[in-house]
Amino acid sequence: MQPTRSRWRRFRESFFLHDFLHDRLALTSFIVLVILLVLGLGAPFFAPSNPYDPSTYDLLNAEQPPAFMENGQAQFPLGTDAQGRDMYSTMLYGMRVSLIIGFGAVLMQAFIGIVVGLISGYFGGRLDSALMRLADVQLSFSTYMVAIFISAIFQAAFGVAMYEKIAIPLLILVIGFAEWPQYARTVRASVLAEKKKEYVEAARVIGLSKRRIMFRHILPNTLSPVFVISTIQVANAIMSEAALSFVGLGMPVTMPSLGSLINVGFEYIFSGSWWITLFPGIVLVVLVLVINLLGDWLRDYLNPKLYKG
Amino acid sequence: MQPLLEVKNLCVEFAMRSQVLRALRDVSFTIGKGERLGLVGESGAGKTLTGFSILNLISKPGYISGGSILFEGRDLAELTIEQIRDIRGNRISMIFQDPMMTLNPVLTIRTQMVETIKAHQKISDKEAEKIALDKLQRVYIPSPEKRLDQYPHELSGGMRQRIVIAISLLTNPGLIIADEPTTALDVTIQAEIMDLLLELCRDEDMGLLLITHDLAVVSEVTQKIAVMYAGRIVEMGPTRDVVDHPEHPYTRGLIAALPQSCDQGQRLLQIPGIMPSLANLPSGCSFHPRCELCQDICKREVPVLETKASGRHVACFMVK
Repeated sequence: MQPTRSRWRRFRESFFLHDFLHDRLALTSFIVLVILLVLGLGAPFFAPSNPYDPSTYDLLNAEQPPAFMENGQAQFPLGTDAQGRDMYSTMLYGMRVSLIIGFGAVLMQAFIGIVVGLISGYFGGRLDSALMRLADVQLSFSTYMVAIFISAIFQAAFGVAMYEKIAIPLLILVIGFAEWPQYARTVRASVLAEKKKEYVEAARVIGLSKRRIMFRHILPNTLSPVFVISTIQVANAIMSEAALSFVGLGMPVTMPSLGSLINVGFEYIFSGSWWITLFPGIVLVVLVLVINLLGDWLRDYLNPKLYKG
Repeated sequence: MQPLLEVKNLCVEFAMRSQVLRALRDVSFTIGKGERLGLVGESGAGKTLTGFSILNLISKPGYISGGSILFEGRDLAELTIEQIRDIRGNRISMIFQDPMMTLNPVLTIRTQMVETIKAHQKISDKEAEKIALDKLQRVYIPSPEKRLDQYPHELSGGMRQRIVIAISLLTNPGLIIADEPTTALDVTIQAEIMDLLLELCRDEDMGLLLITHDLAVVSEVTQKIAVMYAGRIVEMGPTRDVVDHPEHPYTRGLIAALPQSCDQGQRLLQIPGIMPSLANLPSGCSFHPRCELCQDICKREVPVLETKASGRHVACFMVK
């Protein structure tokens, strides 16, 4: 009889890790994602200058081309934007904002969605119908419409200066609130299937409370689809934020995210300063792509019907 | 002396859209302290429903429409949800058919056992774990410490059912309801599990309500037997007597249908027809369309369970 294995040992010998290490696409995506995460979340350590501090940059350096071009300066490896900020530093900071909003919004969606989905699926009946209709109503508004509505009201009511301070939490709230029905529906569907299984009956026979049965027994059994949609939703949230920023309702120019950098650069693209738009665009595409590829891999792995032998 | 469990005239109904289905009618039986009762019958006779209604676990649209369930002096049918939760898994435990399904696949054995104890007793995790280990040893599980950290899928079917039994023992219940505990297991394991249950009931002086359609299992383990047909008990008495000398025509048919009561090379006997659906029960005795002794009175009137000359309870006009 084999001795009990430690958690780490179990993980090291698991199919999960084996499958992951033998899927080149997933592994590459993961490495790229980790690099981007480290660079983005550690922006203050990796960026040569601080784009949030106006005293560190000079308007005279505006629209400098990248270092590898003619006239490029070694000090600005990817050129500068219209205000003379180093593009490389600004992008790192921008990616940090995008990532924080992306993950924050997904946490919020997941929290609301899981609670609503569990309650809806477990209790059923009228409560279920009411909550699911609410989700339908929420889904019938486009994310952008809700977001534009809220941020427009907010900017009008509190002024742009105040808006700059609370832009990040506000965007998390808006994007998080707009997409919770995705989670609620997925969780509800799994709960409906799980609650008919005998272990739920057994938990009731043991005399456990409803709350305990829901969160402790049913929830862990519904998590695999939640993980899969989470990856896709992170990518979606980052895109939503970029799109909102692009139309000017996301992050302000003083605290740019990838989306607002693309937006700002767009105005200068015809005057030849293509790098202001292109580099943040590439980073955004790569970031969203690797998250989606990882999500795909996870979905394939967790779906036994798609087993690829 | 007051019996451990006394079910009196229990009726359960299901309110369907167009009609009310009477799933259990006037079910009465008692289980004394440490007594073992077998509940047998075809699929759909209401065996499992009886077990569930004792713990008040019937889900809508079903409900208890009459009768009482006295357990240790309290009527379970009258208790609130909070009060009944205190009895479920504490004083009365239940064991289900398929041990793969009754254990939560994503929680370790430790979590599931500790949680059960802590739902009913205010003790520390350490103490709960001690009790868990003790009960695992009680059901003869090899190296119990190791099992605690495993997940259900890492264990064999027999092992899982032992763990389910250990979980049902955690709070030292007075009564165990076992709903076809061996149906999902293979025959050798079945015998082991039944021996284990029998031993535990004897040692701990626990009552057992064994729900099954396997007459062999019942005759091995129980002292009393109750035969159900279409929501009623049709015959009840000491196991040995009922199996050796069945009186109700339905019980007789069941016993005659056993392969071992047939000569080699002959066709197996069977009771003609199928059990009627609850939606259109025949008039009078529910069994009369399939009964070879059927008379006019059987079609008109419903026989009640009464004590016959032999001292046994039988619901049939034709049995004296």
